[in-house]
Amino acid sequence: MQIYLPIAEVSVNAFLLLGLGGIVGMLSGMFGVGGGFLMTPLLFFIGIPPAVAVATEANQIVASSFSGVLAHFKRKTVDLRMGTVLLVGGLIGAALGVQVFNYLKSLGQVDLLVKLCYVVFLGIIGGLMFIESLNAIWRAKKPGAKPVRKKHNWVHALPLKVKFRTSGLYISVIPPILVGVLVGVLAAIMGVGGGFVMVPAMIYLLGMPTKVVVGTSLFQIMFVTAFTTLLHATTNFTVDLPLAVLLLVGGVVGAQFGAMIGTRMKAEQLRILLALMVLVVCLKLALDLLIQPSELYSLGAAGHA
Amino acid sequence: MIARLAPLAALLLALAQPSTAAEEEIVADLSQRQVPITADFDGSELILFGAVKRESPISILEPLSVIITVAGPSRPITVRRKERVAGIWVNTDAVEVDLAPSFYAIATSRPIDQILSDTEDLRYKISIPRLIRSVGAPMTVMDSPAFTEAVIRIRVANGAYQMRPNTVAFFDQTLFKTSVTLPANLTEGDYKVTLYLTRNKKVVTTYTTNLGVKKVGLERFLYRLAHDRPLVYGLMSIAIAIAAGWGASAVFRYFRN
Repeated sequence: MQIYLPIAEVSVNAFLLLGLGGIVGMLSGMFGVGGGFLMTPLLFFIGIPPAVAVATEANQIVASSFSGVLAHFKRKTVDLRMGTVLLVGGLIGAALGVQVFNYLKSLGQVDLLVKLCYVVFLGIIGGLMFIESLNAIWRAKKPGAKPVRKKHNWVHALPLKVKFRTSGLYISVIPPILVGVLVGVLAAIMGVGGGFVMVPAMIYLLGMPTKVVVGTSLFQIMFVTAFTTLLHATTNFTVDLPLAVLLLVGGVVGAQFGAMIGTRMKAEQLRILLALMVLVVCLKLALDLLIQPSELYSLGAAGHA
Repeated sequence: MIARLAPLAALLLALAQPSTAAEEEIVADLSQRQVPITADFDGSELILFGAVKRESPISILEPLSVIITVAGPSRPITVRRKERVAGIWVNTDAVEVDLAPSFYAIATSRPIDQILSDTEDLRYKISIPRLIRSVGAPMTVMDSPAFTEAVIRIRVANGAYQMRPNTVAFFDQTLFKTSVTLPANLTEGDYKVTLYLTRNKKVVTTYTTNLGVKKVGLERFLYRLAHDRPLVYGLMSIAIAIAAGWGASAVFRYFRN
């Protein structure tokens, strides 16, 4: 069934959109990532104009993360205090990121920089997670080996310490705010929720337990993407509501299934799967930059980068 | 059925009226004057038909030919070209094409090079390469024609530009008819339909009419809301997202219990 999208001004198959939403939503529920880093390139691929894809994707992430966060609230795996601290950083970061984005746009190379950002960040994070998860699985298999205790690093030496009861942490609010800012900046530049940066940062930098990480990151992503949606809708008029509705109907259903699968898997398995997925997307984007494209020319509206 | 016959009746009426103007004139109409874009819009078929009105007898020695064009609204576009820089493919040169219609179909009764001279093409801007114009090529770009060629190549590939030689049925030098397929990714605006009558590769007479392509119903409502009241639209989008997220969660909880 074809449907004409009023803002994107293209006609696409409604079931294709539902299916895409479902698959990406499932991954979102499993790993606590918004899924934007998968969905946005997929939307480009099916012919949605990039500006519309990025803005509409932000709106869809609001729905899937809200659905996911509810599921996590039920299981009490959301650290509200930590989420709020991350959110404060995230909103500051998103506002900063929009400025950076507009500056890059005036330079005329925003496309390339967004792709390079993807390749670099996905590559580093995917690689690190993959190695770490392999080590964790290796340790678990060796009988008698003691699990490595959390080290006290520079994070624990900073002032303004706050007790995060759900996470079982007593640390300074400065690192989570900085993580939030970084994620907000990346979210605005790359047009994604930023979960794939935040989840590893929470695990490795802040030392949060994996089970709490997913719900808490979804909590933060939900608010940041709602903010982004509003920014796009009021400045660029690029949020396509019918497109968002189709994606999110698929997405919310998928997210529920994903959350169910996620609770039945071991933390290490979850991490190694996420790492592999991140690496695959990274590789795909890197190849796009390295291999000669079949069409060297591209068309864009005049006056835009 | 009556609605379909109406333009035909008007046509016959016009044919019956005497004229003192040019020797040969075009009388024509379209199967529809408005193309409504609805939620399930999946392209449309536009039929163009008409006749040549003349005072003098038909000339056998110098036959007429018909060229019909349908042009969408023109928007300036930026064409970028990628080049390999330090191992990766990067947009380097850019050329602004200031005149390129969003949609263009050209249907002819015979191959265009047999019925239209280059000078006439230049004057009336009928064929696609003549239609697209670029003035803003920067000094660094040596081969600006390659950029306009790219516009044509990309748009022909996605169906926005159609070259349809020999698709106008032309009977007895008088009646003609053709159909043009409007693709699903049509943009809104005023489309211009132009008919040219040529003889000896020269344009004898032309006829122009408009075709309105417009979003209707829900499509129109959402489009207007997004542009006229963006804050309301943005908040509505978020509200729908939250409601859908909550709804799915509630449904799943219900099934689990």
